[in-house]
Amino acid sequence: MAELQMLSQDAPVSLPGEYLLEVKNLKKYFPIHGGVLRRHVGDVKAVDDVSFTLKKGETLGIVGESGCGKSTTGRMIMRVLDSTSGSIMFNGKDITKIRGNHLRTLRQQFQMVFQDPYSSLNPRMNVGTLIAEPLVVNHKGSRAEIRDEVARLLEVVGLSPDARLRFPHEFSGGQRQRIAIARALALRPSLIVADEAVSALDVSIQAQVLNLLADLRKEFGLSYVFISHNLAVVKHISDRVGVMYLGRMAEIADKKSLYANPLHPYTQALLSAAPEPKRHQSRERIVLTGDVPSPAKPPSGCAFHTRCPKVMDVCRVERPELIAYNDQHQVACHLYS
Amino acid sequence: MSEPLLKVKNLKTYFTSRHSQVKAVDGVDFVVGKGRVLGIVGESGSGKSMTSLSIMGLVPGPQGKIVEGEILLEDMDLVKLSDKQMENVRGNLVSMIFQEPMTALNPVLTIGEQISEMLIKHRSMRKSEAMAKAIEMLRSVGFARAEQIVKEYPHQLSGGMRQRAMIAMAMSCEPKLLIADEPTTALDVTIQAQVLELMKDLRDRTGTSVVLITHDLGVIAEMADDMIVMYGGQVVESGTADDVFEVTLHPYTKALLASIPVIDEERDRLYAIPGTVPSAANFPVGCRFADRCSLVETRCRETMPELQEVRTGHWVRCHLVTK
Ligand SMILES: Nc1ncnc2c1ncn2[C@@H]1O[C@H](COP(=O)(O)OP(=O)(O)OP(=O)(O)O)[C@@H](O)[C@H]1O
Ligand SMILES: Nc1ncnc2c1ncn2[C@@H]1O[C@H](COP(=O)(O)OP(=O)(O)OP(=O)(O)O)[C@@H](O)[C@H]1O
Ligand code: SF4
Ligand SMILES: [Mg+2]
Ligand SMILES: [Mg+2]
Repeated sequence: MAELQMLSQDAPVSLPGEYLLEVKNLKKYFPIHGGVLRRHVGDVKAVDDVSFTLKKGETLGIVGESGCGKSTTGRMIMRVLDSTSGSIMFNGKDITKIRGNHLRTLRQQFQMVFQDPYSSLNPRMNVGTLIAEPLVVNHKGSRAEIRDEVARLLEVVGLSPDARLRFPHEFSGGQRQRIAIARALALRPSLIVADEAVSALDVSIQAQVLNLLADLRKEFGLSYVFISHNLAVVKHISDRVGVMYLGRMAEIADKKSLYANPLHPYTQALLSAAPEPKRHQSRERIVLTGDVPSPAKPPSGCAFHTRCPKVMDVCRVERPELIAYNDQHQVACHLYS
Repeated sequence: MSEPLLKVKNLKTYFTSRHSQVKAVDGVDFVVGKGRVLGIVGESGSGKSMTSLSIMGLVPGPQGKIVEGEILLEDMDLVKLSDKQMENVRGNLVSMIFQEPMTALNPVLTIGEQISEMLIKHRSMRKSEAMAKAIEMLRSVGFARAEQIVKEYPHQLSGGMRQRAMIAMAMSCEPKLLIADEPTTALDVTIQAQVLELMKDLRDRTGTSVVLITHDLGVIAEMADDMIVMYGGQVVESGTADDVFEVTLHPYTKALLASIPVIDEERDRLYAIPGTVPSAANFPVGCRFADRCSLVETRCRETMPELQEVRTGHWVRCHLVTK
C-alpha cells in the first residue's frame, strides 16, 4: 500500500483520551400525517434516545434488525438528516446546529460508504473524474496536484492506474466498492460511516473490502461507524459493538464481552440465531416468537417485551435505561437494574 | 443416502442470442434423496437459480433453453414434458419459494384466496374445505391469528410473515420436492431462524425433499444433509454436508470457507480470493477457477478437470485432487 502522506498530515488533532464522536440522547421522529387534512397523527420513532461515544482510530459496529434505526443514526451523524433532539459532538464541538459554509467544511471530515456502490457512483463519469470530484468541488489543489492525488488514491485502494479512464459498469461489485472508498477518502476524512458497505458483495469479494478497511484504518488512524446486520462481519471489524432494537440502544460493549457474555435477551437471541458455517453447532438456539413491532407504535416499557423470553411485569410498564454493567459493558434491561 | 427422488444429469441451460451464448448451467449433475435437504452454494452468477428454474420448467424463454440433459423426478423426465404437463407437476409434485415473496404473491387476492385457489385447482377441493385447509396450513407455519390472516392482503404483512405465508402456500399441496431459492436472504436473523426451523419441521413431518439455495454457508451448515458447490455453471464439489465442511477438497470451497468471518473464532486477516468470476459468455477452456486459484498449474489452464468421485460419495472437479 502506498504511503499517503498528504492524508496523515492533516488528520485532526485530538487530545489523547478525548472522543472523536460523542452522541447524546439522539432522537429522530418522522411525523406521520393522516386523514384528508393531512394532520399530524403520530410519529415513527426511528431513533429514540441513543447515546454512544467513539474514540479516534476506533471502530464501533452497530447491529440490529431491519428498521431499528441504524441508517437513520448514521445519516444524522453525517448531518445529511437533521435530528429531532439530542447532541452530536465531533472533536468536542456540537455539530447538530451547524449550517451553510461551516457544515460544508465539516463534511470534509466525515464520509459515508453505502451498500450499493453502483447507485452511489455516477455511471456517466469515469473513475478518475469520480474520485477527483470532491477535490475539485472543494478546491483542493491545482489540476496536476489533483491528478497525482487520484493516482495515489487508486493505489491505496488497490486499483490499477489505468482504472481512471474506465467507467463504473466495467468493474465488479468489489472493485466498485473500492472506487466508492477511494472517493470517500479523497478529502482525508477522520470518520467514515459504512452503512452495509459489504452486504451486497459476494463472500469472496467481501473479504477484499474488509481487509482494505482494516488496512486504511491502521495506516491513517481512521475511525469507523460500521453498520451491518451481519454479526460475524461486525465482530471481525469492530472494537466495540452496539446492538439496537426499535430505535434504542439495547446493549453496547467492547466486542469481546459482547460476544462472550451478551447480557440483553435480544442480543442473546440474535447471537444464538446467527448460523455459523460449521457442522454440528452445540449452541442452543433461542427462537423468538412474534413479529417485530412497528416503530410507529412501539410497545410500552421495554420495546423488546413483546418478544422477550425473560419478560417480567416491570418490563411492560417501565422503560429500562442504558446502565453501566461494568466499565466495558452497558445494557438497557430490567434484569440488571 | 436414502432412495433418490430427483436425479439431474448433465443439465445444460444456455441463453442464446445473436451475439452471444451464455452458459448459465453447463453440465450439472446431482441427486436429491427422499426426505433429504440438498444445499446449493456458489458465487453470484454461478447458475444456482437457473438450475432451480430448469427443474421448475421456468427458464425464461425464448433465449433461455435447456439444451441438454435429463431431470428425472422418480422416473419421469421433466425436460420431455409439455408445458401443460409441467404446470401440473408444479402444482402437485414440485413447489418453489422465492427470495422476494412479493413476486410470487398476487397483490389483489387475499392470502386465503391464493392458498385455496391452488387447493381447488390441484386437489379438487371444495371452496369451504380449501379455506379450512388454508387456515390449518397458516397455523402450521406459526400464525397464531390464522383466521384473520386468510382475509388479509400481502401488503398488510411484514416481510417475515409474507415469507411464511409463501411457505404455507408452497407446502399446501404436499409436494414431493420443495425448492427454496434464497428463502431467508431478505429476512432478519431472528426471523430467518423462525423460517429455517419451520422448513426443518415440515421436512420431518411430511418427508418432503428440499433443495435449498443460498450464498450463506452458515444456513447450509445448519440445514443441509448433502451439498453441492457451484462455480461457473458447473458443480465443483459435492457430497454430504459433513464431508464438504469437514474434509473440504476443492480450492474454491476452501477459499470460500477461509474468506468469511466466523463468530466463534478470531481471524486476523480474511483470505481474499483475488480476481473475479469469469463471464458465462466466455468461459476459459481449462478449469474455470484457474485465474483465481492459488494452486494453479499449467494443465489447469489447458484442460477442464472432470468431476470425479475421490472419496465415497464425495465428488471434486480439480486436477490436483484425485483418489
Ligand atoms: N424519511 C423517512 N420517513 C418516514 N420514516 C422513515 C424515514 N426514513 C426511515 N424511516 C423509518 O425509520 C425506521 C428506521 O429506519 P432505518 O432506515 O434507520 O433502519 P435500519 O436499521 O437502517 O434498517 P435496515 O437494516 O433495513 O437498513 C424504519 O421504520 C423506517 O421505516
Ligand atoms: N435472462 C438472461 N439472459 C442472459 N443471461 C442470463 C439471464 N438470466 C441469467 N443469466 C446468466 O446466467 C448465469 C447464471 O445466473 P443465475 O441467476 O443462475 O446465477 P445465481 O447462481 O443464481 O446467482 P445469484 O447468487 O446472484 O442469484 C449468470 O451468468 C447470468 O448472468
Ligand atoms: S484444477 Fe487447478 S486451477 Fe482449478 S481448482 Fe484445481 S488446482 Fe485450482
Ligand atoms: Mg439501513
Ligand atoms: Mg440466484
